[in-house]
Amino acid sequence: MTIEVRNITKQFGAFKALDNVDLKVETGELLALLGPSGSGKTTLLRIIAGLDWPDTGSVSFDGENALSRGAGERHVGFVFQHYALFRHMSVFENVAFGLRVQPRAVRRDEAAIRRRVRELLDLVQLDWLADRYPSQLSGGQRQRIALARALAIEPRILLLDEPFGALDAKVRKELRKWLRTLHEEIHVTSIFVTHDQEEALEVANRVVVMDKGRIEQIGAPGDVYEDPATAFVHGFIGESIMLPVEVRDGRIQFGDRLLDLESQNARPGPSKLFIRRHDFALGPAGSGALEGAVTHVRAFGPTHRADILLNTAGQETLIEIDAPRDRDLKPGDFVSLQPRRYRIFAAQD
Amino acid sequence: MTIATADPALAADASIAPLARRDSRTEPRLVRFLVIGFALTFLSVFVVLPLVLVFSEAFSRGVGFYLAALGDPEALAAIRLTLFTAAISVTLNLVFGIIAAWAIAKFEFRGKTFLTTLIDLPFSVSPVISGLVFVLLFGAQGFFGPWLMVHGVHILFAVPAIVLATSFVTFPFVVRELIPLMQEQGSLEEEAAISLGAGGWQTFLRVTLPNIKWGLLYGVLLCNARAMGEFGAVSVVSGHIRGETNTMPLLVEILYNEYQMVASFAVASLLALLALVTLIAKTILEAQIEEGRHVSDD
Repeated sequence: MTIEVRNITKQFGAFKALDNVDLKVETGELLALLGPSGSGKTTLLRIIAGLDWPDTGSVSFDGENALSRGAGERHVGFVFQHYALFRHMSVFENVAFGLRVQPRAVRRDEAAIRRRVRELLDLVQLDWLADRYPSQLSGGQRQRIALARALAIEPRILLLDEPFGALDAKVRKELRKWLRTLHEEIHVTSIFVTHDQEEALEVANRVVVMDKGRIEQIGAPGDVYEDPATAFVHGFIGESIMLPVEVRDGRIQFGDRLLDLESQNARPGPSKLFIRRHDFALGPAGSGALEGAVTHVRAFGPTHRADILLNTAGQETLIEIDAPRDRDLKPGDFVSLQPRRYRIFAAQD
Repeated sequence: MTIATADPALAADASIAPLARRDSRTEPRLVRFLVIGFALTFLSVFVVLPLVLVFSEAFSRGVGFYLAALGDPEALAAIRLTLFTAAISVTLNLVFGIIAAWAIAKFEFRGKTFLTTLIDLPFSVSPVISGLVFVLLFGAQGFFGPWLMVHGVHILFAVPAIVLATSFVTFPFVVRELIPLMQEQGSLEEEAAISLGAGGWQTFLRVTLPNIKWGLLYGVLLCNARAMGEFGAVSVVSGHIRGETNTMPLLVEILYNEYQMVASFAVASLLALLALVTLIAKTILEAQIEEGRHVSDD
């Protein structure tokens, strides 16, 4: 099932949740909508599900207008952020719900419903919880039951709203892997919303980065990370350092310091220089584009982190970089930093 | 705790037994004793004593007399009318209460605050005024009076007015109980049901209603208790026609004014009994609601 969203705009009072959004999702994709809160990603998901309606624009499934159908007629499986399990029903009845409310003409008999629910509970590996109530389950279990319930109606599209947002870090990691495997197994077109970049990059085939109701970039996880299209994407994905600079005559000026860096054909004017935290070569003072004094070192983890105070006439900028473990930095050391890779975006972007 | 330090006697007590005072989470024994004693005395004098008196007066001339008083045609008519009135007003308020609470808790619309305020009106207006409103509407000089007279429809001083007045006075109970409950539950489960293909009616019956059932029963219980016990509004619109438009509370007053003490208290004892049953049912329901809340918490 392909999904095509065109020119969608949605306003809540004075707040523009979605501003002219276009998106095409291919059959069998596992797509992530990634963005900070208020970026419109959940609204977009709810519009696709039929739980919200756009002010303008169109949504079509396989070329067929979806907006003319209600949420119940779209055959969309929706998994809510806080699960929204029916609290007064057992796990079994929760999963069976979608099958029991079908019109009499197409409804399966009781035996077939029971079989199907058992299959789904097996699929999410929670068949032993069938008689429990939602309140007796852990967060991860509830999430999987919510997924089984959404899958019961054999949805053409699976939509997940912050599926792991309410879980602790360890369970979240497990479920991420599990969702990927599950998607490979059932291969239904799926979209999930998240504000966690790691989650989006790790799980999805394609990532849609959103900000302030607009799509900033669409691409494979590697592309979005390696080749950010806008300043927002660079700042939002991966850990970057941003320095306000001025591009003039094809050269980059940071404070009173002329940086020995190529300007990447950037337009003249106030700009933002982005460098990943790990993309610095450290050298002795006087050998790189930037210089500064180490003020603090956090020596743990796969790389050490160091705070470095850049001093350019009149202003001090504290940046945090990743330093290799074998590089012995001490507070007070004076070092030079040569960016290995960097990007320049105009300041107003 | 400020009480404790202000009292020199207690301060002295503290110096004798410092350990007993160190726990700042509780009050000194004397304070606790006084507070509990006061509450119990107050309750005994103002609640338990009258209740006991009602029953002792009702049975003062023996069980036979008590039963005879209740078996009197007038008393039976009053009991029937009260049950009838309560049945209709509770049903009306049940249906309307669910609809109004649903609208207020789950939708945003213009005039919502106004509607919420309006729902409380019957609680803030004296029951006598509530009754008078119906006299003004349906009385001979009232708004609809002449039209009703011409068409031979009897509302005032007849059963319809009693039902109307009772429904009006008891209206807020169900709504008031449901609004916070529904607001707390939100509409996520309903959205889930709809996205799973359930229709509006199925969603209501299978998801909404089961989630509010205890709160709903609680509201109905209070509504019923008030419907059976309502005096002021009904008194104004009833016309006090013996054997026809007297509800139990009205009959109690009439019998009392006629110095038929035993008969009066016999009918009153039924109302008191209703109150006791209501209290017990209320306690059970509250426990159920608490449990439901607990389930929804995590």
